[in-house]
Amino acid sequence: MNDSSNWDWNPGKRLIAPIGAWAATYGWVEEPVMSADGEQVAAVVKSDEAAFAACVNGEIWEASFDRVWNLRFTADGRLTGLVNDGGMWTVAVDGQAWESTFEYAWDPRLPANGGPIACAAKNGSEYFAVLDGQPWETTFSNLSQLATSLDGKHSAAVVQTVDFSEGDIFKFQEGCYSVAVNGQVWKRNFMNAWDPIFAPKGDRLATTVRLTLLETTIAVDGEPWPGTYSAAWEAHFHPAGERVTAPVKTPKGWQLAEDGRILWERAYAQLWHQLYSPDARRLAAVVAPRFGRWTMAVDDQPWKTTFGDYVSDPVFSPDGKRLAAIACQDGRRTVVVDGTPWAESFDMVWPPVFSPDGRHVAARVKQDDRWRIVVDGRPLPEAYTTAWDPVFSPDGKYLLVRAVEGSGAEAVCQRLVRPLNDIRG
Amino acid sequence: MLDEPRNTQEQIYDSGIAKGAERLTPEKIQRVIQEMLAGEAGARLKTYVETCVHCGLCSEACHFYLSNDKDPRFSPAGKVKQTIAEMVRRKGVVSVDFMKKASEIASTECNLCKRCAMYCPFGIDVAFLMLFVRRICHKLGITPQYIQDTAHSHSATYNQMWVKDDEWIDSLQWQEDEAREEMPNLRIPLEKEGADFMYSVIGPEPKFRAQLIYQAAVIFNTAGLNWTMPATPGWDNSDMCMYTGDNDMMARIKKAHFETAMRLRVKKIVMGECGHAFRSIYDMGNRALGWRMPPVPTVHAIEFFYELLSTGKITVLRKYDKPVTIHDPCNVIRGRGLHEMLRYVAHAICEEVIEMHPNREHNFCCSAGGGVINCGPPWKMKRVNGNKVKAQQLFEAKSKGAVTCIAPCHNCHGGLEDIIHVNEIGMDLKFLGDIIYQVMEKPEQA
Repeated sequence: MNDSSNWDWNPGKRLIAPIGAWAATYGWVEEPVMSADGEQVAAVVKSDEAAFAACVNGEIWEASFDRVWNLRFTADGRLTGLVNDGGMWTVAVDGQAWESTFEYAWDPRLPANGGPIACAAKNGSEYFAVLDGQPWETTFSNLSQLATSLDGKHSAAVVQTVDFSEGDIFKFQEGCYSVAVNGQVWKRNFMNAWDPIFAPKGDRLATTVRLTLLETTIAVDGEPWPGTYSAAWEAHFHPAGERVTAPVKTPKGWQLAEDGRILWERAYAQLWHQLYSPDARRLAAVVAPRFGRWTMAVDDQPWKTTFGDYVSDPVFSPDGKRLAAIACQDGRRTVVVDGTPWAESFDMVWPPVFSPDGRHVAARVKQDDRWRIVVDGRPLPEAYTTAWDPVFSPDGKYLLVRAVEGSGAEAVCQRLVRPLNDIRG
Repeated sequence: MLDEPRNTQEQIYDSGIAKGAERLTPEKIQRVIQEMLAGEAGARLKTYVETCVHCGLCSEACHFYLSNDKDPRFSPAGKVKQTIAEMVRRKGVVSVDFMKKASEIASTECNLCKRCAMYCPFGIDVAFLMLFVRRICHKLGITPQYIQDTAHSHSATYNQMWVKDDEWIDSLQWQEDEAREEMPNLRIPLEKEGADFMYSVIGPEPKFRAQLIYQAAVIFNTAGLNWTMPATPGWDNSDMCMYTGDNDMMARIKKAHFETAMRLRVKKIVMGECGHAFRSIYDMGNRALGWRMPPVPTVHAIEFFYELLSTGKITVLRKYDKPVTIHDPCNVIRGRGLHEMLRYVAHAICEEVIEMHPNREHNFCCSAGGGVINCGPPWKMKRVNGNKVKAQQLFEAKSKGAVTCIAPCHNCHGGLEDIIHVNEIGMDLKFLGDIIYQVMEKPEQA
């Protein structure tokens, strides 16, 4: 993630932009997005009768486009959007469109650090990926499920390598798809390939593959595991990048496999979204110990508390000692930490965020169409028109709240730094 | 002999079945059936097969039976007897020809409409049994070609019509541009996290019926709702893998759909007017993944329109003035009980509603459902001729003055369109959204 130590952590509230007033200027203002550091707020606005641009902290991009959408900030504060001008698409970064344009461009992938921005694109019937405006040299008749490495420097996608007519089911079953990594396609074709994922260093790639209608497994760098299963979900690399785990469906139920061998002996009604703790010592996954009941399992030991609707978005604390997730029961959502749910539940909850020392958990929630920030289960008193995920300071002493207060013409976007001691007090 | 193909009708060639069967051996058939009987069948199948007393009460419930001169081989019990009951009795020792015929019966002579289950004194669910036969056929690789191709599309693109990722987004933006000619401030908000509703449709909408997306956008915008549509795979709520017996693929595509809604943090999924997709979302797909109910509350368009009209979020400027009749789609009527809501909506938007008989949960299937229409052109006339009772229903409604038939389901539209055309009934077909869009008060008219 981006280094937040140089952000403004002085306590207090600071106005970023009176975004409610933008409507009077531009007439057309779409939903705002805010940068991670809370210093910038942006929205798609109409720059004139038929042209669109992004407005950032009240300043509009110099360039305008026929269409702008998917406006998002990178972790290091660059504002990106998909833009169309004269029928051609590309990516604009801080108002500057890439020089290369395409008949269509979509699925932008933003790096966790300050690396390249990627997207999928096509010209005519040729599909490819693009990194910072540079297209792959190889093209394919279809491309989907774009993936990038953590540093953004490597890209991969599921690609169609063999043409077949619609209705040619036997040709399809011979295997017409593969994976291209940085434009270089694997040697072997598969019936299907899903969910490509890079190793942390970006030097390896794993994907779920279907070999026949009834046989699914995991392929790493193009080589399938020796065993097959009736189904398998997304693979995940060990932080060191050497081992690969994946949920697989065996005659017993869903189990976690590692490098083709069963790692977790317990079988579940469902198992997915496995993740390692940052120190790689613990491995957790969302599981259903029995039909219709959901929880987290850590190292194959499920929490005793289960939930009826779902459990999602698990995250380990930075020290790996604690685990939090969203839990939903009877349509009400909350955060569950180490098996204990917060007392209060909400209409909607966003993924929980740990403090650097792992002692505190915060999340943004929505209740009665108002956003709030909740810390360790206690909602802060303020309710907002919109809010983004809270951010803890690197020393864990402060919490950054990014939110829109007020509505209509009175709406203002602000960043608020609150001492954690005040919140807890 | 059950092992011999029936010759009561013209032999129909389907390469999915015929070529698939070339790879079969009796040993493979026996192994797969025995594995299925020992594994997935469970007590449910055994109970059903052993409980049936051949009373024949299910026969009169089946449109295939009634439309084929009451030939007992088309009765629900007859279809069971010719397929899974025989597989059980013979412990899987059946021939390749037997399996070819079993595939044909299960995939093209039963719409899985569950009407017969209502009339069975024991509640035997023949749809479950026919799906079990389809699952065996999937494992043997003898699924009809066209629906197998659709299942392949689901696996490769996460939608049923081979719509590529860019084509989907482009279609939405195209419809947004078109609709802005009518409503300049209209939006189809893509990827709007935290919206109240995610609107999801089936693959044919962007491919063939894009005007339905346009109309939905006008309805959402007029009602002033906070909504979004996804710009990623997972947008398609349909599911033909559910009907080919590819349960693992059914689970995969439903996971993509629900996780898209969960990623966008929407409160509710609103589905377009599709019946089978509702079955997948509300019953089979979610449960294949371990969710007792949909993890994100999901409503069919009938419920959504009912809510909008009953709360005044949309108002009717002038009711549709042609007399209409209602076709009740099996999956949302017998499957969910939305028949009274459907009538509330129909009466709210139309001057005159003329009921078809029988109706509501007793209504006859369109004969397209259950994946039968998805088995494609080879089976079209068998499907249409297998539903003369629906043609009769439509004729009767027309004789009472009905000019338009409302069918809030895509597959029903396809099936009824063929029935109306082949039988020269002369009746318009509409979705609820077609009429609501036409009669509602729009902002410039307010």
